[in-house]
Amino acid sequence: MKDISGCGLSGVIHRKGELIPGEVIIKSICCQEERGNGLGAGFAAYGIYPDLADYYALHVMADHRKALEDVEELLAHRTYMAHEEPIPTRRTPGIEDPPLFKRYFVKPKYEGETRQLCEGTEDEDDYMVSLVMEINTRIEGAYVISSGKNMGAFKGVGFPHQIAEFFRIEEYQAYIWTAHNRFPTNTPGWWGGAHPFTILDWSIVHNGEISSYGTNRRYLEMFGYHCTLLTDTEVVAYLLDLLIRRHRLPIEVACMALAPPFWQEIDRMPQEERELATAVRTVYGAAMLNGPFAILFAYNGGLVGLNDRVKLRPLVAAEKGDMVYMASEEAAIRAICPDPDRVWAPKAGEPVIVELEPGSIPNQRSYLRGPGEKTGAAVCRYPG
Amino acid sequence: MGEKEKAKSTRKKKVPQWAKFFPDFIIERDSEKCINCRICVKECSYGAHIWNAKKKELSEDHTKCVGCHRCEAMCPTRAIVIRRNPSDFREHAVWTPWFIKNVYKQADQGGVLLTSTGCTIPFRSYFDHLVLDACQVTNPPIDPLREPMELRTYLGPKPDALEVEAAGEGRFRLKRPLPRQIKLEVPIMFAAMSYGAISLHVHQGLARAARDLGTLYNTGEGGLHASLYEFGGNTIVQCASGRFGLHVDYLKAGVAIEIKIGQGAKPGIGGHLPGEKVTEEISKTRMIPVGSDAISPAPHHDIYSIEDLRGLIFALKEATEYQKLVFVKIAAVHNVAAIASGIVRAGADAVVIDGLKGGTGAAPTMFRDYIGIPIELAVAAVDQRLREEGIRNWASVIASGGIRCSADVIKLIALGADAVYIGTPALIACGCTMCQHCFTGKCPWGIATNHPELIKRLPPEVAYEKIYNLVHGWAHEMKEMLGAMGLNSIESLRGNRDKLRAVGLTETEMKILGVKHAGE
Repeated sequence: MKDISGCGLSGVIHRKGELIPGEVIIKSICCQEERGNGLGAGFAAYGIYPDLADYYALHVMADHRKALEDVEELLAHRTYMAHEEPIPTRRTPGIEDPPLFKRYFVKPKYEGETRQLCEGTEDEDDYMVSLVMEINTRIEGAYVISSGKNMGAFKGVGFPHQIAEFFRIEEYQAYIWTAHNRFPTNTPGWWGGAHPFTILDWSIVHNGEISSYGTNRRYLEMFGYHCTLLTDTEVVAYLLDLLIRRHRLPIEVACMALAPPFWQEIDRMPQEERELATAVRTVYGAAMLNGPFAILFAYNGGLVGLNDRVKLRPLVAAEKGDMVYMASEEAAIRAICPDPDRVWAPKAGEPVIVELEPGSIPNQRSYLRGPGEKTGAAVCRYPG
Repeated sequence: MGEKEKAKSTRKKKVPQWAKFFPDFIIERDSEKCINCRICVKECSYGAHIWNAKKKELSEDHTKCVGCHRCEAMCPTRAIVIRRNPSDFREHAVWTPWFIKNVYKQADQGGVLLTSTGCTIPFRSYFDHLVLDACQVTNPPIDPLREPMELRTYLGPKPDALEVEAAGEGRFRLKRPLPRQIKLEVPIMFAAMSYGAISLHVHQGLARAARDLGTLYNTGEGGLHASLYEFGGNTIVQCASGRFGLHVDYLKAGVAIEIKIGQGAKPGIGGHLPGEKVTEEISKTRMIPVGSDAISPAPHHDIYSIEDLRGLIFALKEATEYQKLVFVKIAAVHNVAAIASGIVRAGADAVVIDGLKGGTGAAPTMFRDYIGIPIELAVAAVDQRLREEGIRNWASVIASGGIRCSADVIKLIALGADAVYIGTPALIACGCTMCQHCFTGKCPWGIATNHPELIKRLPPEVAYEKIYNLVHGWAHEMKEMLGAMGLNSIESLRGNRDKLRAVGLTETEMKILGVKHAGE
């Protein structure tokens, strides 16, 4: 099951890690009202929990109180919890019968079997991935909508201005924001199906349709990721986690796997490049996102924009000083940055990668160019 | 045969041969159109047309007609029509003419019923209960005539992850090279058909077509004729239980070596090339004396268990200095998923699954029709099992047996195959009319024969052109279907069962295939 959507995106990052008020992103995404139909909107914000920056912030959406209780019981067994609270919301006209939202700030608690997902290492991130999978697949009516450190996703059924009002987005400040306005065409409004999709601190907003969803989903299942949110975008979050964090591919190479060059281009490349591109397509063929898409994905340290390999969805980027903007429409950028230094339309399959300057924030991650010695797969099994 | 002749002559005369009373076909000759040119007599290798020199007239022995339609096609005045014999037995739902006549044949001769091609029992064809998806509105279909559309496929073991290192200036390079891969420009290969079972001309046509299409053909177990070594880059050599024609130069001649454990048309038994078919050239290629029977045993006598298979896989790799991929071909049987898993773990670079409907040059009828399982179910089960075990990347999955059109290829890839083999379609492209008498070695179309006169009927250039055209057409159709689904590369279809929907299948069948019902 997946849904099909044609949507609006917007993202903004401050390279030095200065905080950007929520109004900015609200203004930008609301400018693209026509790209949605009121059936979904959402925001991802990085740097919003500086006091609890060392804890995984689990944003949990629940259909009923019982589901939350089940989640809490599981978390009590499996994590150390520093803090928990309802996610602040306000009554908003047009938003009826919303689910319950709570956030938990946790660290993994190891006991007994710790190697749930990834053989070899006892990795906190892997632990959290398997915990999220467990909640999403085993607890009826509960969904983890974000699980990274010092970041969070806010999403639901409504127009962007309604969701912003509901979650009081204007009260947050972040060094990276992404936002989404959704136009689904074949699934009923459901809060879990709104963007962004996240795993750990990866968050994705997506405009497009992933025709390769069936291939991508079954590929991810081999690595312990289970798609539960009924929307094709979910696979992108898991693919990024697999390729970049677990396989330690440099972000450029991971983007090449998602939107690879055509064979006719590869055949013309110089030898070393050709070998790499051929290997990427051979090994990660099932990770290729086929179909029209523009995505923005963010992590604790960077924002990336990427188009499909023939650019069948719009994506515009702009920069002004330390700020970089990406959106479906140039108007959405100019609404918040009337005179950018540079505006450009990224080419098909060519990622726009913007990372914070080193040391800007706590727990900063950098995947650009992958540090020499660390590049390469963590758990790499060669057959035979 | 010889033995039987002898037995007959010592027996009292005139034991009736029931089977001869009721021919399957009758030859209708329009005497107004017939000009007594006797081409039909020359064309019929079974001797169904008879010229009476004294009376200067043509007659027919209907019992010898196999329904190949060669005479009909060659008759310059279109005077001949081959028809099903309209003479019927009394209706009986259980005892159809097929079973009655088979009993007659065995009562007459006491042997094993022999036949050719693939299963003819109308078991459910899953291909015909699966439909494909196409884009509407939300996702633009892609036109392969205007935009790139990729069918390129790499066969071979893939690591789970790549290791990459920085190469300066924002560039990267592989830290260690990929295991050896075979590049296919189109994921359709030509299935193992031995020189002996089919003519050298067909082999030459297949080899040239494979080269020009950027794919591979398979020698089958009959060795590799000296004239075909130049096509090595497009050749899979086969190592079957008889080990005919197998020497180190042969093993090194192709890009892959296929260990044939079984075949969809006859799982559990070996092969038999009758001595009459072992001509001078075939004897040289197979490395056996002229006129001697080439009998492949049912098992490989050095493989009695999975660890023995591992032994052979690595013996072949050692012999070829790890320059060749090793495929293992099995028939699709009940436990195919577990067997395939074992084969992958034994070190095979690709596992070939040959389904119930796979063809053959000669097989006992009971085996052809009743042993094995359909390829659609087998591929779905194998792909799922290998994924569950996390070893799907370790080997490629090649499917064969019963593919009739490009949509069947698309469906198998969506169910999980990397590539397919086709055999029968390539032969039909060469003019085969599916008379199912390949085992006689008298193929009047010059395909499944090595009779020096008969093979002239199908020159290698004709075989090449027809086979090339067929696959070229299929490849184009596959691109169109991919484009309609919004995909521009075949790897996004592989294992993508979301692109399939079932029409009229049961819950169990859909569960095994991993597909939803249409409308879901």
